[in-house]
Amino acid sequence: MKKIAKLMIAAILVLGVSAFTDGKKEAGDGYKVGDIATDFKLENINGKMVSLSDFEGAKGFIITFTCNTCPFAVAYEDRIEALNKKYAKQGYPVIAIMPNNTDVKPGDNMEQMKIRAKEKGFTFPYLMDKGQKVYPEYGATKTPHIYILQKSKKGNVVKYIGAIDDNSRDASKVKEKYVENAVDALLKGEEIQVKETKAIGCSIKV
Amino acid sequence: MKRILLIAILIISSCKSEDREVVEELKVYDFDTLEPLLNKIDDKVYVINFWATWCAPCVKELPYFEELNANYKSKKVEVVLVSLDFPKQYEKKLKPYIVNNKLMSQVIALDDTDTNTWIPKVDENWSGAIPATIIYNKNKRRFYERSFNYEELQEEVKTFLN
Repeated sequence: MKKIAKLMIAAILVLGVSAFTDGKKEAGDGYKVGDIATDFKLENINGKMVSLSDFEGAKGFIITFTCNTCPFAVAYEDRIEALNKKYAKQGYPVIAIMPNNTDVKPGDNMEQMKIRAKEKGFTFPYLMDKGQKVYPEYGATKTPHIYILQKSKKGNVVKYIGAIDDNSRDASKVKEKYVENAVDALLKGEEIQVKETKAIGCSIKV
Repeated sequence: MKRILLIAILIISSCKSEDREVVEELKVYDFDTLEPLLNKIDDKVYVINFWATWCAPCVKELPYFEELNANYKSKKVEVVLVSLDFPKQYEKKLKPYIVNNKLMSQVIALDDTDTNTWIPKVDENWSGAIPATIIYNKNKRRFYERSFNYEELQEEVKTFLN
């Protein structure tokens, strides 16, 4: 009898776990354009905790899930920095979040994040998604993966999800700057023309 | 004796040239030329895996696709490995990877930067993260944005073989 009970428990566990992993693998569970993004409190490379609510003067945010080890993320580092230089002073700072499990990708641990940020002269916060709780809420699946938020009375509204531009490989051959176009539209109070884009990226390491 | 030696040399050299052929033959597609390979209508089951040499989980599951290719070739299952490596890495990384790992499945390279146009054409639910895999035959099609082990992959393919 005990044996049967044990077996049943094991079966339930297996079913439960597989249902869970299946659920996790489904894309599109996170935010859609128009949703309210919740705030977070994550550690920055300078040791301080950062929340969106800290940025009182901001009109919104360019949330960038990125890391040190993905070639696509690396290809975009300079462009992410340029976005922050251009838009932080206009009220849309870049907030970079590193979502990978650092046991799987030691090259993305806090020490390496500090080193990379220093090498590249990042002027934006580079936060560790410790415990990997924030990226699933957003529904980020890869690096780099951008969410543009706009502050409103209801909270931070998701206005754009996707890629930075249409050429990961070569910044000089970019035809469409999706993120810039979106933030420019928000700044002008206009409707964003392209609200979602797709790009190849490295899957987030769990 | 001389003859045996000659044959041996011939075999060795032919093997070598075969290796080289595989690599020189690396076919580079843009999405327009790739798309027909994702929509063939015949009696085969196609397993199309999107990967890259820099993608750790892709490289980890590649042997399972190779195993599937070897074990199911006779059952009309065809594996195609679509590399998303950057073109500047074709010589340095991709071709050596194919040779060193003796990949037997067909490997092609997709060079098309307009990802926002073609990713949704592969599958509208694909976020663009790799690894990603399509399994299809003339009757049905499934898309997977996930990693596989051999058993999982085999189970999926079996559902296409009935």
